[in-house]
Amino acid sequence: MNYHWDWQFFFQEADDGLKYYEWVISGLGWTTAVSLASLAVALLLGSVLGVMRTTPTRWLVAIGDAYVDVFRNVPLIIQLFLWFFVVPELVPEKMGIWMKQDLPYIVTAVVGLGLYTAARIAEQVKSGINALPRGQRFAGLALGFTEWQTYRYVRLPMAYRIVLPALTSEAMNIFKNSAVTYAVGILELYFQYKQIIEKTSQVLEITIVVTLAYFTLAFVMNRLLAFVEKRTRVPGLISGTGGK
Amino acid sequence: MRKSLTVLALSLSIAGLAAPAHAQLSGTLQKIKDSGTITVGHRESSVPFSYLDAEQKPIGYAMELCAKVVDAVKSELKMPSLQVKYQAVTSQNRIPLMQNGTIDLECGSTTNSVARQQQVGFSVNYFITSVRMAVRKDSGVKDIGDLNGKPVATTTGTTSDALIKQNEKGKAIDVKNIYGKDHADSFLMVESGRAAAFVMDDILLAGLIASSKNPADFAIVGPSLRDEPYGVMLRKDDAPFKALVDKTLIGLMQSGEAEKLYNKWFMNPIPPRNVNLNFPMSPAVKAAFATPSDKGVE
Amino acid sequence: MSDFDFSVITANWHFLAEGLRYTLQVTVTAMIGGIFLGTLLALMRLSSIKPLQWFAAGYVNFFRSVPLVQVILAVYLILPLILQFVTGKLIPIGAENSAYFTFTIFEAAYYSEIMRSGIQSVPRGQIAAGYALGFTYGQTMRLVVLPQAFRNMLPVLLTQTIVLFQDVSLVYAIGATDFFGAADKITQRDLRPVEMYTTVAVVYFVICFALSRLVKRLQARIAIIR
Repeated sequence: MNYHWDWQFFFQEADDGLKYYEWVISGLGWTTAVSLASLAVALLLGSVLGVMRTTPTRWLVAIGDAYVDVFRNVPLIIQLFLWFFVVPELVPEKMGIWMKQDLPYIVTAVVGLGLYTAARIAEQVKSGINALPRGQRFAGLALGFTEWQTYRYVRLPMAYRIVLPALTSEAMNIFKNSAVTYAVGILELYFQYKQIIEKTSQVLEITIVVTLAYFTLAFVMNRLLAFVEKRTRVPGLISGTGGK
Repeated sequence: MRKSLTVLALSLSIAGLAAPAHAQLSGTLQKIKDSGTITVGHRESSVPFSYLDAEQKPIGYAMELCAKVVDAVKSELKMPSLQVKYQAVTSQNRIPLMQNGTIDLECGSTTNSVARQQQVGFSVNYFITSVRMAVRKDSGVKDIGDLNGKPVATTTGTTSDALIKQNEKGKAIDVKNIYGKDHADSFLMVESGRAAAFVMDDILLAGLIASSKNPADFAIVGPSLRDEPYGVMLRKDDAPFKALVDKTLIGLMQSGEAEKLYNKWFMNPIPPRNVNLNFPMSPAVKAAFATPSDKGVE
Repeated sequence: MSDFDFSVITANWHFLAEGLRYTLQVTVTAMIGGIFLGTLLALMRLSSIKPLQWFAAGYVNFFRSVPLVQVILAVYLILPLILQFVTGKLIPIGAENSAYFTFTIFEAAYYSEIMRSGIQSVPRGQIAAGYALGFTYGQTMRLVVLPQAFRNMLPVLLTQTIVLFQDVSLVYAIGATDFFGAADKITQRDLRPVEMYTTVAVVYFVICFALSRLVKRLQARIAIIR
């Protein structure tokens, strides 16, 4: 293979005055920011939707189900393009112009990635709640709790613990999926990966570095949540047998 | 020992002298002969150099020049039935794809620069462009100075920011770069009002404006930030192939055929919507045809 | 906003259909290849030979940690370099072929996790029964364990395939013409993103929604039989 290895180029100056390794670091920063913000959106909205789908109120269930069906059955890249290219043209003109000119791109990206992931989290939360014995709800109601209070104090604390492993893998997924947000103008790690390839053509070195970076992000996220899992384990449950 | 070295040196030099007589193939030509195919890299929205027609086939001025090169390869290798494959490339992947052998020549709108010559080879230049900016007429942007604080679109990898900074009037201003993944994407940013300007090669801007919904809404303004030559991209250090490509292109330029092709693509209605770019040959292009050169821009 | 023009869809329907066909081809190829490789990986992971376990675990964890869109681009650019190293020749692969390969090896990691839990869902007694009948390890797996694992996991495998079908849209990043890539190319030429992306989203939704409903019904049927 007559490939010309050159690790030095990471310390060369790119034409914006920064060095290439600084591009990688800045990409890493954006990836982390987009991912964590989207995760927050997804957890919040996903939990609400998941709870809605387990309530006795039929129209709440219907809304939750419809949401999950729509957001799970369209590819992420297309959802992002819809938010970026299509939505601003469909809203009133003033608002569209505001979305295009003043709204930071990261908001579009976080909305897109967050809403996409929320559908998956809603599925997990729903199955977590449904995995609990019915008696838990009845016990709560018997104690004089309202329906909402049975969620708040009885069912959700248990359900989250049950689905924590599944949520861990969603949290790792969100870091991987954030790579797609390059298509809506986020200068995250994959964007920088492409850009450095274009500038330097040192494909192998930059692939190794960026792959390791994603690997590290996934690993850190995994360990972090394993720690949470360990700390919140309920004694006596079979599911609490280790943070692996 | 010494004697044997001399003999070795002698036999090597004879071998070296003898090689041309046997027309020993190497590099790209050898690869084309072995595989029976030649792969042409093309762009998807570099109007009128290399873009997709109504049937999504790559066409354009650069594609026609490359078709002549392919013909020359066929007769050089005596392979009239050589298979020609087309591969879409982007500004991000064209150089790695050339290096890894996916494409054999790239016919698009690639600037021949000294920096790129470290990695790939270039034919003689077949076009000279000026980097300027496309704006919406109703935006009020008329010069670089008007861009201060505004979002400016650029296609990933091309650096409008650096060019604006280098310009006298651009020194004091600050722009916000936003990135399209191809030229059409960047242009859409201007069309939809996301970006105030798209800084790019003027001819590509003219092509994009011509194919937009309302061409009258746009204008190309501002001074030339830089003049850039386009060349056919080849693999680096492949002298025999480069010689063949150069010979073909120079032949076209000297016979006047290149000028005919130029008129066909720049001065007449072109597919898919039969718009006419009306882009007369600039003095720089005339000079490039009169005295062909493969010099890259700094 | 006033001038939506959906003729851009009808005029290019043929090209879009070609793209959809390529998407389906990649999906089916990667499904078959991925399940096959994934099953091998699952067997390695569950075998008693340590290096095989390590290899399978490393493979699966690797591909589950990196973004698909990056793997698609990296393979496209690097695979020819590796082939050149091995054969000494420049071998062009092309975006379309590169995607078949990438999706097969990438999805194998995901299918392997599904097959692993499928195999683990088969009662141990079944293996003992296989050996008692005088079967070798290979025969026990092939004739007793895998068919059951496969059937138990069929709905999950199919759900993963729907995800795969959607993920093929990422090949547009290397300029391959899948369904979304075709739409994107037309958008680049005709500058009509609103009509194009909306249509593409609706088509994906209809296909994936219908498929996921079918999987649900299948799941219900299998559950009853079991």
